[in-house]
Amino acid sequence: MHNPLRSEQDAFRWLLVIGAAIVSAIVLTLLTRPVVGVVWTALLIGFGLGFGYRSARGSLPRNVEITKGGDGRFRLLVIANETVQGEELLREIRDRCRGRRCEVLVVTPALASSRTSHWTSDIDEAIELARQRMELSLIEIKRLGLKAKGEIGDSDPNVAIEDALRVFAADEILISTHPPDRSRWLEGGVVDRAREQIDLPITHVVVDLATGRALP
Amino acid sequence: MESASIALGHAHEEEHHGPPEANQSSRIDRQTLGILLFIVSEVMLFGAFFASYFFLRVVVHPSSWPPHPYELPVAVAGVNTAILVSSSFTIHYALESIRRGNRNGLKLGLVLTWMLGATFLFIQLNEYVHLGFSARDLGFGSIFYSLTGLHGAHVFVGLCLLTFASIRAFRGHFGSEEKDHLGVEVPGIYWHFVDIMWLVVFFTVYIL
Repeated sequence: MHNPLRSEQDAFRWLLVIGAAIVSAIVLTLLTRPVVGVVWTALLIGFGLGFGYRSARGSLPRNVEITKGGDGRFRLLVIANETVQGEELLREIRDRCRGRRCEVLVVTPALASSRTSHWTSDIDEAIELARQRMELSLIEIKRLGLKAKGEIGDSDPNVAIEDALRVFAADEILISTHPPDRSRWLEGGVVDRAREQIDLPITHVVVDLATGRALP
Repeated sequence: MESASIALGHAHEEEHHGPPEANQSSRIDRQTLGILLFIVSEVMLFGAFFASYFFLRVVVHPSSWPPHPYELPVAVAGVNTAILVSSSFTIHYALESIRRGNRNGLKLGLVLTWMLGATFLFIQLNEYVHLGFSARDLGFGSIFYSLTGLHGAHVFVGLCLLTFASIRAFRGHFGSEEKDHLGVEVPGIYWHFVDIMWLVVFFTVYIL
């Protein structure tokens, strides 16, 4: 569901629709009796609410705003949470940065344990867990001799990517998840949505923590 | 969402001083989101006044509305309604102009909107002077002045916002990029809200 009122143009459209509805109610009231106008208005309100609900369903197609770099550095944006220390992910980062002036931003979404926790902002523990994983991951990346920084992101990975791209001029994005049978991000279409919305190369890295080891 | 930034390697060379960058998780800019939330609260405020209005009308004065011998100047209010609705078209014209980079259109639209809004307010005050009843006359007088006065106060606030936007427009502010004309966009949304509320007030108070 999306907000159907996002700009002055939307507000102007609402004014036209509501204005036309009220004019029809005024004409009907003046031509007949007030009670007819009231009934007509009630019908219009019901119809309007239904129409508004239908038109607000679904997400709007959009493109994510991307900051431009232009200083010759290769910037890699890594989105990962539980898999942030995975061997496969570290290997992908190392391969991409080999022989380049490279800068890595690791964004670790703070995953609330439940929707209730998210809505009540009960996410202190999630933030702390994400911070610990991110710090360990940064140590591993530093061992590879790369420049890296980390950030705790929004609990929605796509929003976290969007936030990061506003300030970090990424050239490529790595999204790390568990294998498909265990990944909630994949179930929620995080990678597909990112590919739809972001005009950058996006690589999906599958990390199987059950078999993963530290990178030699 | 809390944000933490940890820099390793050579990152200390570019270490950021001062407060951390604010995360923007909303997919709508903050100014527009702010005015939308404000409008939601305003709708609730008007809702309370309308609840009082319908209570008085249905429970206290069920026989006739307006109660005898009072009368409301429907024709004058109708003309005033047309004036206020026109102002929504002029503010929309102003915004469409600046979106296309037409600065003169922006200025013209803002000035016309301001003049139409001021005319509306002037006619409403003039109406108050000639109505022949005051807010002390029955619940009817109280709720009439409360509802129309509440709306008039909103028009006044809108005029203040338009004044600021007009001054800025004449000083060369605003541009065609979306982020460069939020100073007109936000008052524009507010102004449309004020117009919609007047249509509802006009229909319920003067016509029904």
